[in-house]
Amino acid sequence: MTMEVALEDNNLMEKVLPPDEQEIDVELEAKEKKYLRGEGANLETLKDKKLKTQLASREKLYGKSAKAAAKIEKWLLPASAGYLETDGLEKTWRVKQTDIAKEVDILSSRNQYDIVLPDFGPYKLDFTASGRHMLAGGRKGHLALVDMMSMNLIKEIQVRETVRDVAFLHNDQFFAAAQKKYSYIYARDGTELHCLKERGPVARLRFLKNHFLLASVNKIGQLHYQDVTYGDMVASIRTGKGRTDVMEVNPYNGVVALGHSGGTVTMWKPTSQAPLVQMQCHPGPVSSVAFHPNGHLMATSGKERKLKIWDLRKFEEVQTIHGFHAKTLSFSQKGLLAAGTGSFVQVLGDSSGDYSRYMSHSMVKGYQIEKVMFRPYEDVLGIGHSMGWSSVLIPGSGEPNFDSWVANPFETTKQRREKEVHLLLDKLPPETIMLDPSKIGAMRPSRRKERPTRGEIEAEKEVAVEAAKGVELKKKTKGRNKPSKRTKKKKELVENVKKTFPEQEQGAAGKKRRIGEDAAADLPSSLKRFARKN
Amino acid sequence: MRIKTISRSVDEFTRERSQDLQRVFHNFDPSLRPMEKAVEYQRALTAAKLEKIFARPFVGAMDGHRDGISCMAKNPNYLKGIFSASMDGDIRLWDIATRRTVCQFPGHQGAVRGLTVSTDGNVLVSCGTDCNVRLWSVPRPSLEDSDLSSEKSTEVVHCLFFLITLYSLVLLFILITSFFLSQPSAVYTCKNALLAVDHQFEGDLFATAGAQLDIWNHNRSQPVQSFTSGSHSVISVRFNPGEPDILATSSGDNHISIYDIRMSSAARKILMRTKTNSIAWNPMEPMNFTAANEDGNCYSFDGRKNEEAKCVHKDHVSAVMDIDFSPTGREFVTGSYDRSVRIFPYNGGHSREIYHTKRMQRVFCVKYSSDATYVISGSDDTNLRLWKAKASEQLGVILPREQKKHEYNEAVKNRYKHLPEIKRIVRHRHLPKPIYKAKAESRAMNDAKRRKDERRKAHSAPGTVVTESHRTRRIIKEVE
Repeated sequence: MTMEVALEDNNLMEKVLPPDEQEIDVELEAKEKKYLRGEGANLETLKDKKLKTQLASREKLYGKSAKAAAKIEKWLLPASAGYLETDGLEKTWRVKQTDIAKEVDILSSRNQYDIVLPDFGPYKLDFTASGRHMLAGGRKGHLALVDMMSMNLIKEIQVRETVRDVAFLHNDQFFAAAQKKYSYIYARDGTELHCLKERGPVARLRFLKNHFLLASVNKIGQLHYQDVTYGDMVASIRTGKGRTDVMEVNPYNGVVALGHSGGTVTMWKPTSQAPLVQMQCHPGPVSSVAFHPNGHLMATSGKERKLKIWDLRKFEEVQTIHGFHAKTLSFSQKGLLAAGTGSFVQVLGDSSGDYSRYMSHSMVKGYQIEKVMFRPYEDVLGIGHSMGWSSVLIPGSGEPNFDSWVANPFETTKQRREKEVHLLLDKLPPETIMLDPSKIGAMRPSRRKERPTRGEIEAEKEVAVEAAKGVELKKKTKGRNKPSKRTKKKKELVENVKKTFPEQEQGAAGKKRRIGEDAAADLPSSLKRFARKN
Repeated sequence: MRIKTISRSVDEFTRERSQDLQRVFHNFDPSLRPMEKAVEYQRALTAAKLEKIFARPFVGAMDGHRDGISCMAKNPNYLKGIFSASMDGDIRLWDIATRRTVCQFPGHQGAVRGLTVSTDGNVLVSCGTDCNVRLWSVPRPSLEDSDLSSEKSTEVVHCLFFLITLYSLVLLFILITSFFLSQPSAVYTCKNALLAVDHQFEGDLFATAGAQLDIWNHNRSQPVQSFTSGSHSVISVRFNPGEPDILATSSGDNHISIYDIRMSSAARKILMRTKTNSIAWNPMEPMNFTAANEDGNCYSFDGRKNEEAKCVHKDHVSAVMDIDFSPTGREFVTGSYDRSVRIFPYNGGHSREIYHTKRMQRVFCVKYSSDATYVISGSDDTNLRLWKAKASEQLGVILPREQKKHEYNEAVKNRYKHLPEIKRIVRHRHLPKPIYKAKAESRAMNDAKRRKDERRKAHSAPGTVVTESHRTRRIIKEVE
């Protein structure tokens, strides 16, 4: 009882505020909304009083925790986001990396560099979730694992085969490389751990962190999902759309999106053989796809030199940007979009609602950009190109405050080991991959087992009869091919198919109906038991 | 042009010395945690399974009595001890930690029907079918309690001096093997057999139940006050923890009566369909009491308003013999004739937990320990059994991080406990076959009854057939 009184006191005090503090209040409310994660439950429809009071007290607790989280975000976070602000006539996209280097502190300027490795072909990059380690894979077989904080080369190996893609597994201890014929999994010190033969020659490799699934699309257009904890191939799906090497994972819900040469983008989950969604995005082939971390936005670029932003909740186009065809796209943690074509990278920002030019960076003419990827928790963009890899500063792209329990760039060995165990304990089964992950934990309205309606049964019957009619009978020889016998046989086939259906119908409806059964349907409910039955 | 980029210096984010704790940073932004609901559900599932793996509620049995145990009493001042009495007149004081008898109180000729301890923990009152009320002095526990050696002799001297100052009678102590035998400090005789006894929470009055309800004082050999309530005997009596002068009794003619000893007759009376075997007041809400009934249900009443029960707790299949509340007031434990012990929430209709063993026969008395951690059951097979109140609880000293993890597991399990997979795991209990079958039978009977009632209602004029709520169904009327 005393607790409730104290709460009321708090509420009273919050109502009496000076005007400038009221502004802060509004700000805090906006932040609070984010932490509330949606609307509260509607308790009016409940009839059970006990449940109602229990849920009401819980909703109150949610409100309090959201308020506390909003306050912490406002006052207690150690770092603040980066920014690039120009005054007057200066435009942000004209700011060059050399200008930035002059204004920024030493630690950050160390993040701007070019590593020239001309012999080993275009490089593909991958970062670990905390942004501390980077894996670079050159087409001619060069694999390098780098610690980004100390700029240390941890391990480099030369596999002497073409490497088409590289991906980290759950932490920097393991990585996978898609090589000429098969894919391989390596440990941190370069030893080859596994050879994944089932997949064939893989074009793209991606790792789904929460599910421990290694997804890949191979040269024939097959999609494979493998659970790396015990090696089981969870799904191998024949997409039926031909060869593609555009594949991305949506971090919000774990679905894999493939971009096809017909301009369609299809989304897949491991438990179904048919795609979840098929979107016609471009008139020509799709050259790359990228997902915003909040899961609502998708950027696609097609060979017809258009970049389109899609809203995934309504599957509608939000924006089209003309001008260039991006070979590679990447979203940052704060929502900036980097598009790389040729030797030119353009970064688009959505500060004014729509995506517009924010920054750009052009490299030496001969460099062909292969992959751009934002580094997590840093204002850095990694660019893998034909002459090695580079790193440029993009202020305002990274999340400044990390959570030690989610991803810790300053992890010690012990913390890493503990985290691995916890990740494994929280491993999600592949069935949890769905377009709307908030459905998990929600209750479905209970229905008794629905029998198929009459119309449905009829439709099925028709399809089966058509199929039976379409069957071609073998043409027999030596006098056994009489036309009367042929028609008889065909009739028999159709009759057999029809027989299976009426059986079902009778089972559903019950016994044969007698005359007067229709009259029984008009009786009131309490007298129905006295109606004449079989 | 203003530019700022994220730059983290290693010193700020790592520890200074190796003796320091590692630094932890928090950012509660939901966008950093994709699929958090699925992860939470997975954790709830793991927590439910772990709870079942660690569920080992049985701690031990206290063996020693030679006949079935009829009643138990808790010492409010001493956590480790419990008194128990059996059907052959044997009263013992047990040390729960070592599960051994500390002291025996022989003297009763027949079955001991009631045991209670005064609030200061010094006097033990027992009554039995030999029409006697005996008062005993409880031996004071010394610091080296578990060491049952000859140091008892020094304890004897201390006790002697202490007790002489309190009582006028001289006490003799005999040391036999490893425990005490004591003699009663007073024996009072009645005309009829006595069935229950309870001590006032504040004061030195105690009440006995038998042919009538008697109020006694420690020093008087005759009852100070008597209440007669018709021809039937009074079966159980319980003083209210909040109001020292109010007590609740149940009688053999299916009544529950609430008496104020300052008045001459019952303050409230409820007539039910079946007799109530035992009553317990809620220590945290002293106006509410719960009655353990012969029909297998427990009824929680508000002492001020008796027309309907506040809650009906249904899960036992046979008569509920005894009931005791947890000191938190949030749960109570019941022991039943169907050989099981159940723990109910104070406001919930069904039990949270059931304890049973092949060796435990009819449970006649249960007690919830004063630290809300253990449940003690005394049964017909001459054993007292010690159970954990929370079956999967980790006993002993728990580190704060472990405690937080347990709390997190509880919270996440509660959030998803309505989902089918988790509900199945959390709800699952193995029932002994007789109880399982009896429950299935009663379910079938209740379904049939309900169906018939519905049909009767559907076939009669609306409003003529009224369904009685469960809360009033078993109450016939309220008298006074």
